[in-house]
Amino acid sequence: MLARLRVADEDSAETVDKLSRIVDFVDQLSQADTEGVVPMAHPLHATQRLRADVVTESDHRDDYQQNAPAVSEGLYLVPKVIE
Amino acid sequence: MTAGDLHLQSLTQLARGLGEGDFTSVELTRALLDRIAAHGAELNAFITVTADAALQAAERADALRNNGEKGVLNGLPLVHKDIFCTRGVLTTCGSRMLEDFVSPYDATVVERLASAGAVMLGKSNMDEFAMGSSNETSYFGPVKNPWDLERSPGGSSGGSSASVAARLTPAATGTDTGGSIRQPAALTGTTGLKPTYGRVSRYGMIAFASSLDQAGVITRSAEDAALLLGVMAGFDERDSTSIDHPVPDYVAGLGESLKGLRVGVVKQHFDEGLDETTGNAVREALAVMESQGAILTEVDMPDLDLSVPTYYVVAPAECSSNLSRFDGVRFGHRAEDPEDLLDLYCRSRSEGFGAEVKRRIMTGTYVLSAGYYDAYYLKAQQVRHLIADDFKKAFEEVDVIAGPTSPTPAFKLGDKIDDPITMYLSDIYTIGANLAGLPGISVPCGFASDLPVGLHLVGPHFGEPEILRAAHQYQLQTDWHTRCPEGYE
Repeated sequence: MLARLRVADEDSAETVDKLSRIVDFVDQLSQADTEGVVPMAHPLHATQRLRADVVTESDHRDDYQQNAPAVSEGLYLVPKVIE
Repeated sequence: MTAGDLHLQSLTQLARGLGEGDFTSVELTRALLDRIAAHGAELNAFITVTADAALQAAERADALRNNGEKGVLNGLPLVHKDIFCTRGVLTTCGSRMLEDFVSPYDATVVERLASAGAVMLGKSNMDEFAMGSSNETSYFGPVKNPWDLERSPGGSSGGSSASVAARLTPAATGTDTGGSIRQPAALTGTTGLKPTYGRVSRYGMIAFASSLDQAGVITRSAEDAALLLGVMAGFDERDSTSIDHPVPDYVAGLGESLKGLRVGVVKQHFDEGLDETTGNAVREALAVMESQGAILTEVDMPDLDLSVPTYYVVAPAECSSNLSRFDGVRFGHRAEDPEDLLDLYCRSRSEGFGAEVKRRIMTGTYVLSAGYYDAYYLKAQQVRHLIADDFKKAFEEVDVIAGPTSPTPAFKLGDKIDDPITMYLSDIYTIGANLAGLPGISVPCGFASDLPVGLHLVGPHFGEPEILRAAHQYQLQTDWHTRCPEGYE
């Protein structure tokens, strides 16, 4: 259920095998000496830019909802959540 | 040149021909659409061909030219990788998840190229969500390499590389997260440029790994890549990681000779993992650059060996976060008759994503989960820093770093798809530039077993002028980039 994905029973052995190989492969990282190294989150060490808190978007709801699988009166429909 | 061989001309040559009135954009567009109709299916290079819209855009370009107003790319045809959102046109990202997605807006890259007058011929096939190195993970089937239809054109920008190699288009856009522009360019005998991270806007480019993704181009020559980059590059406030840095005239800088250019050759790139004939072709290319005045020195990058495992922690982690938006609610595939909300999420995602995408999402959630975060994600970010420092140190001594783009020439479809690790290792020489955010270019430099080989040049941050100039000067001296696969002349 991790990541909201389901693996069919017939595929589970193969999935486990391939994921184990990937995890074993990335385990090589444990050999690296990273004592005191700062983790790198951005390749140019840039920080997030800020902007003034003003409205910049116009309303495109109808456009965007063209791609929605189920809508009604401008709302996105999902199965009933509250009984 | 006659109208019959327009498809053989580079973008730069076509721009000249259009400007001098030798042919019109409509004639050119028609000629290429005819070629796409004739060869597109055997290569499976396109997901969508926008023939009518292309001819209309070409007519507008011709009218503008007649009025004397024109952008730098006025009337020049190109193809967009299907990862770029194109308003009113299907944008699938190679996935069943977006099989019916018609984008309500244009990516900045698409918008800028169109404003300069470029004519979109269609959208090219690609690995699903750009996750793959062979184009075999596409929901729409693998693309074939025009040099040998049983082989892969590389990936993930395989539709772009195959269509440029087969002379169906003079240029195509691509994206590169770990080598997805440069590796397919190497495997198809085309030129592939990945700019500095943040150089080209990611707005409207469907996200895979946001700290690594960068848009670029696949072309016939470095000169053509320079022409396109000048239009695509620049600050965009709609991309929070876009860098505000001046855009130089990339074409103007190409003429300078290689005399005195310091070229670093990475020791670790010529190890036992490299195919011998590929290595020989790259060594010969380096000798050509040396004869043109470049100074070769060996550089040592000890942490580069860990670039592939580092990438396969960082990229899946970011992808698992980015792809959480696909939930079957607002857009994308939705499972039928869900039992409840959770069932809707799970089945929509499980049906919409292919096996490789699922593996990467699961790997990503695993390395980010409590108890493993420090051992994998944090560790990978630290090693990423070590690798970036290796490059930084190297660039104190040299102007560009050179080596092979890919360890082997094009491999057979089916050969690597069952073993994720072997597939991941095909990007071993390109991934470092993504981790460090550096620009890289692959240029054709010979053949191994009748298949093209690529020379990889990496520059410092915003060093596009240096690598483009080095590539262009090399292409003035050699003709590998003009070789055309048999049957596509």
